Amino acid sequence: MTEELRDAVLEQVEFDEEGFLTNPDDWNRDLAKAIAEREGLELTDRHWVVIEFNRTSFAENGEAPTLRRITKSTDVNTKELYALFPGGPAKLAAKVSGLGKPTGCI
Amino acid sequence: MVEQENRKLALICSKGSLDMAYPPLILANAARMTGIDVDLFFTFWGLDIITKRKINRLNVATVGNPNMHPWFHIPTWLGSIPGMSAMATAMMKKEIDKLDFPPVDEFLEMVHDAGARIFACKMSMDMMKLTEEDMVPYADGIIGAMEFMDYSENAQVLFV
Repeated sequence: MTEELRDAVLEQVEFDEEGFLTNPDDWNRDLAKAIAEREGLELTDRHWVVIEFNRTSFAENGEAPTLRRITKSTDVNTKELYALFPGGPAKLAAKVSGLGKPTGCI
Repeated sequence: MVEQENRKLALICSKGSLDMAYPPLILANAARMTGIDVDLFFTFWGLDIITKRKINRLNVATVGNPNMHPWFHIPTWLGSIPGMSAMATAMMKKEIDKLDFPPVDEFLEMVHDAGARIFACKMSMDMMKLTEEDMVPYADGIIGAMEFMDYSENAQVLFV
């Protein structure tokens, strides 16, 4: 994705002050890639396992799953999750998945 | 964001009852989830939390424990009846499970996998005649109070 294309994709939607997508329904896969790039991440298949679980879980429950839920429900374990989303997987994974700031304590 | 990368939290865990084991683990986990560096220092009865033989046998004390009220209030005379502590422990474990929090052993390992470092207090281990073999295998080291001062430099320190 070129920088221009990334910016064009990001400009079409609204984010809150912390960079979380305002309306989760605006999310799509290209947007995920653009958000990830802005956060300095290059998405791999393993990131997508987490992102897709996040989206499915959000569609079912209306909120971002906790990290524990992610590690219990997918084959991504805690160590890998922290390696995939460095510097705080809770916020970063939710951002890329187009969900609001997570509120869970676990 | 840059500030957050440098933020450090050091937790001193000095209590080994079930109700006092969770707060530092929850805080350590929350800190790691948001990208804060974490060191946990287990000392005195807190050592039980990282002792293999004790980790899954932590109890809620029903005598002299002022923290009973969320579940039920147990007067001291009643709390001393055999089985009361086991009952309170079972109740707390059930409530914790309902909130989707893991049991202590799983939680500790999770926090460690998340990048928190786990240290045992040397003096407390000597006092309780414990060796490295008695500790959970993923503990990061046995250190003295002075070494902990080095590790916790520039960290926010919490005593639990």
